[in-house]
Amino acid sequence: MQSIAAPARAGSRLCARCGERKAALKRPKTLEQICRECFYVVFEDEIHRTIVDNNLFKAGERVAIGASGGKDSTVLAYVLSELNKRHNYGLDLFLLSIDEGITGYRDDSLETVKRNELQYGLPLKIVSYKDLYDWTMDDIVKAIGLKNNCTFCGVFRRQALDRGAALLKVDKIVTGHNADDIAETVLLNILRGDIARLSRCTFITTGEDGPIPRCKPFKYTYEKEIVMYAYFKKLDYFSTECIYSPNAYRGFAREFIKDLERMRPRAILDIITSGENFRISTTTRMPEQGTCERCGYICSQKLCKACVLLDGLNRGLPKLGIGRSAKGGAGADGNGERQGKRPERNRSSLQGKHGNLDF
Amino acid sequence: MHLTLEFGGGLDLLLEKSTKVHQVDVQPKDDEGKATMKGLLSWVKSNLIKERPEMFIKGDSVRPGVLVLINDCDWELCGGLDAELEDKDVVVFISTLHGG
Ligand SMILES: [Zn+2]
Ligand SMILES: [Zn+2]
Ligand SMILES: [Zn+2]
Repeated sequence: MQSIAAPARAGSRLCARCGERKAALKRPKTLEQICRECFYVVFEDEIHRTIVDNNLFKAGERVAIGASGGKDSTVLAYVLSELNKRHNYGLDLFLLSIDEGITGYRDDSLETVKRNELQYGLPLKIVSYKDLYDWTMDDIVKAIGLKNNCTFCGVFRRQALDRGAALLKVDKIVTGHNADDIAETVLLNILRGDIARLSRCTFITTGEDGPIPRCKPFKYTYEKEIVMYAYFKKLDYFSTECIYSPNAYRGFAREFIKDLERMRPRAILDIITSGENFRISTTTRMPEQGTCERCGYICSQKLCKACVLLDGLNRGLPKLGIGRSAKGGAGADGNGERQGKRPERNRSSLQGKHGNLDF
Repeated sequence: MHLTLEFGGGLDLLLEKSTKVHQVDVQPKDDEGKATMKGLLSWVKSNLIKERPEMFIKGDSVRPGVLVLINDCDWELCGGLDAELEDKDVVVFISTLHGG
């Protein structure tokens, strides 16, 4: 079987960058075939360039890395602490994790984050739904069942990250959202006619008007490369799906993106570029930003989404704030009418439907 | 031939007892009788996957978003489905679709 005429075996081609070592992967972004060592260099350099070109950080800043124990945030924590040392960013880095209170899922992934704390020497802060809201996700699911629980999870997590960041007194939060995630969110926002989010979701930094801006150093980094990097570097990450119902709609968008990527890997960057270049017509009314009367969190209603949801839970009316009943049809009226036409209560539900978007 | 198969990124959950590493002796033949990845995938599907095969296979290939490495080399460099396998090869499957 070992004939000389055999087709090119695994690893028999040379790296397009150094021309010395055997190629180990094909980059989705450039289709270049490069070796492992060159891959580390270009992967890290591109993230460094993204950070520098977009002025993501200033020397002396305290930065919290939103750490779930999953692949993206694990690689982000590793790479950012390397780059911080290598290029003297002068950042104080922290790991910030949210404990949603999901037995068998989050407690396991938090163990991963605790190992990362030691491996990367980054101080870890964990804030829990139980402490912040007095409800765990397990409690919430018991109260409301498996439907809609991701709305609670997403809204609470977003706010919990801000609360944790405030406790850490950081200047910025970084999250592991990658190019695939952002392309997927662009598509979802188009599908939902959510113009406000569509214009925001490709920004590399968001919330600059609020107390703690968030940024996404992996905005141009492909998921494939993040996973390859984690694999080659043997980074320790957790990869189990949340045991509570995933967002099916998002799942379809993800699958579609992955199919496109297989045919034409650049599609992911092209979707991001399209998202970046959308211009909102001046006749589209955008929600005004204010703060929640009860907790002071930024929102465009009297009460923020988390407070509305919490209210419902505590009053035994967990459907409050979840949005229209299923028969209303998610796509039927998901656009346009934002201000004025609907009573306050309904408007707030419109805002946050499919609320587990992290953007 | 003897192969080492490794399942990561949550794919292990689709297998019996969620075992990550499998030492197997197989003759993964494709339609033309060659020992290719295509043949191996159909063998894995019928012999190792215990639940939700759609998380692993789509059509006659892996589901997009599942990475494959043959001896630590991206299978896209070795011919993908047509990559020929040899004795003692190590094939790794990693799902990128779980969690962030
Ligand atoms: Zn090289
Ligand atoms: Zn969830
Ligand atoms: Zn509030």
